Amino acid sequence: MTDYNFAYLDEQTKRMIRRAILKALAIPGYQVPFASREMPMPYGWGTGGVQVMAATLVPEDTLKVIDQGADDTTNAVSIRSFFERTAGVAVTEATAEATVIQTRHRIPETPLTEGQILVYQVPIPEPLRFLEPRETETRKMHALEEYGLMHVKLYEDIARHGTIATAYAYPVKVEGRYVMDPSPIPKFDNPKLDSAAIQLFGAGREQRIYALPPHTRVVSLDFEDHPFDPSRADHPCALCGATDSYLDEVITDDAGTRMFLCSDTDYCAGRQAAGHMGAAQAGAA
Amino acid sequence: MDAASLTGGLRDPARDGARAFRAAMEVMARPGTIATLDHAAPPAPLSAAAGTLLLVLCDPDTPVWLAGACETGAVRDWLAFHTGAPVVAGPGDCAFAVGRWDALTPLDAYPAGTPEYPDRSATLIVELDRLLPGGTVLEGPGIAVQAALPLPDPAAFAANAARFPLGVDTFFTSGTHVAALPRSTKVLV
Amino acid sequence: MYVAVKGGARAIANAHAWLAEERRGDPTLPDLTVAQVREQMALAVNRVMAEGSLYDPDLAALAIKQARGDLIEAIFLIRAYRTTLPRFGASRPIDTAAMACDRRISATFKDVPGGQVLGPTFDYTHRLLDFALAAEGITPDAPRAPAPAGPVPHVTGFLNREGLIQPEPETDATPPDLTREPLELPADRALRLQALARADEGFLLGLAYSTQRGYARNHAFVGELRIGAVAVEMDIPELGFAIEIGEITVTECETVNQFTGSKTEPAQFTRGYGLVFGQTERKSIAMALVDRALRWQELGEDFVGAPAQDAEFVLYHADNIQATGFLEHIKLPHYVDFQSELELIRKLRRGVEAGAEGTE
Repeated sequence: MTDYNFAYLDEQTKRMIRRAILKALAIPGYQVPFASREMPMPYGWGTGGVQVMAATLVPEDTLKVIDQGADDTTNAVSIRSFFERTAGVAVTEATAEATVIQTRHRIPETPLTEGQILVYQVPIPEPLRFLEPRETETRKMHALEEYGLMHVKLYEDIARHGTIATAYAYPVKVEGRYVMDPSPIPKFDNPKLDSAAIQLFGAGREQRIYALPPHTRVVSLDFEDHPFDPSRADHPCALCGATDSYLDEVITDDAGTRMFLCSDTDYCAGRQAAGHMGAAQAGAA
Repeated sequence: MDAASLTGGLRDPARDGARAFRAAMEVMARPGTIATLDHAAPPAPLSAAAGTLLLVLCDPDTPVWLAGACETGAVRDWLAFHTGAPVVAGPGDCAFAVGRWDALTPLDAYPAGTPEYPDRSATLIVELDRLLPGGTVLEGPGIAVQAALPLPDPAAFAANAARFPLGVDTFFTSGTHVAALPRSTKVLV
Repeated sequence: MYVAVKGGARAIANAHAWLAEERRGDPTLPDLTVAQVREQMALAVNRVMAEGSLYDPDLAALAIKQARGDLIEAIFLIRAYRTTLPRFGASRPIDTAAMACDRRISATFKDVPGGQVLGPTFDYTHRLLDFALAAEGITPDAPRAPAPAGPVPHVTGFLNREGLIQPEPETDATPPDLTREPLELPADRALRLQALARADEGFLLGLAYSTQRGYARNHAFVGELRIGAVAVEMDIPELGFAIEIGEITVTECETVNQFTGSKTEPAQFTRGYGLVFGQTERKSIAMALVDRALRWQELGEDFVGAPAQDAEFVLYHADNIQATGFLEHIKLPHYVDFQSELELIRKLRRGVEAGAEGTE
């Protein structure tokens, strides 16, 4: 694709996105408006993450792309090959080898380190949107630090269900100031938002960029008598035996037999290569 | 405009621009760290690091204030040729300002954003004689425990931080070195 | 032993190959040329140019061919291409009073200076399938008349002269640019019109229709509808004057709407405005009605809660590329989120069941 610029976007668009990223890092958790461009993939399919990535990549980077935790899901494959072609970067499936990671819906299990960058694809960046559909109103709420509506919603959950009934996109408070949507990651991943890596969030259709610098204090919203609970399925992984990873539930036959597998395919493969074995492997051996 | 203003830009705008931005982003995300920025060769008195930041971040959409001794014909021409950024006469409506600390101060003269849009605030590029590790102790986002930078006036930056989420964000440059101090950093004075 | 599903890359390549085959259809039939699409599917080309915000009939025709006739997909191709184009400058405002009109009608006056020109319209065709078109070799030949000389004045200008219609203040202010700045509310009229001009035709049609049925009714008459070519001029700073860089066809609709007035202001008609690339009549009329409905505030009307009055609702949902992307993205894998909901619902049910056992 020699007809297009390095990393696809023209330099002026990159500068606009880069300025937004710097302001986002300076005001952690605040959603910076940016003039999102039409990308060659549809809105809703990661255009925000792709634009942030295009403005951030350097030729020396090693890129990993995951969707649902897996490197080989079709949208991850598609985005990875887009940057392979337009930026000529090296790619990897190994979390530890990647310098930049683009993700949809998961944070890798392997802890990220200083020097790594995690770019999230975000569908609806506004954590208050489903409580108040008007942007004019939610912007005011953030300005006034008026988050009562969110607490009422969580409290009503407890009154009705006995627990907070939000399983993914679980809202967090950043450095005691902004309530932020961590993108639709399962709440199991929320503790990993406190990270040594730079975390950038891009919402293309909604035209917002936000960020968490390394070691930013990120707290999942909860109540003293109902503390945050990052639950997962209560099984070991059938392939690698891991008991600390987020699991996918796979239905394996018409009788509805189920199997639980790591959603992070790189983590699972790494454990298997290191000799760990789950029930499915042990049975076959 | 003489021929000198046509030189000193990025050799490979897309790739060098990406590398330079990445260094700028790393220092803004990790207050206290010092990186190298030597992708541009601006006219004196601008440092290579300050010149690189201007090329990477400025364009016709960003009014720039050249403070004090930075306001020279050569700098103006160089900036105009390479970025097209409009030069403004003072701090009040600039997106970027570059100069030595005493020419840039006070910080409350700059756009600090609004409660609805705190991002609509200026970014300063403060030229220092030297930029070495150590100095005023810093805490906050981007810092594992504590970090330090040789701030020219710690109290002024502490006051800027106290306005969070409003405020300005600052790069410090010296020669080919760059560091940054976002408004979110707590300055221990 | 269980083996996880792999092979995303190969599946994608195969899907693309199959798509290309389906696009071509029966290979014993001649391949459709881009020029054929441009000339014989011109209204589809116009819609793609309008909503793609790029005036280039050849590229629009190519996009339609590539998209297998799916116009929203074609608009998407054009938008994605458009983003990569460098911006050399801005044109001067086009002068629609100087339009070479192919069609020009007014519903508010029986006759107007410059005359009523029906032009190439479907309006009075009887919608009977023309089986002659299924046969080949028809080359119709329409009668010709000399083009009217000189500019054709706008009908609303006659009302303006009498002070009977609310005046539009002229301004040289640079309008905001939706493609370069994020949408911010409240949006002024220039920004709203820009958003409506590239909005989905079907969405605007539905909204405009809703105003006619009483959801913020504004009693619209088509004051004038004109379609034709206008010159595009650009100031060249080095030359110190403007030069004509080309010609585009646009459809302009000005509606004359219900009057307002008060003790201090005499009664006046109000206006709605639509301007769209190409011959795009339905879209421009719909645009004018929605524009008028969105002006409730500046014209001192009440907000009656109608969708067409709600700028935030209209502007955030009118773009079909944003809408179709987000709508269709729900077919992407969401199994991680679904799994977390599954765990939650199981936990909630366990809680209820344990509670029920406890009370027995």
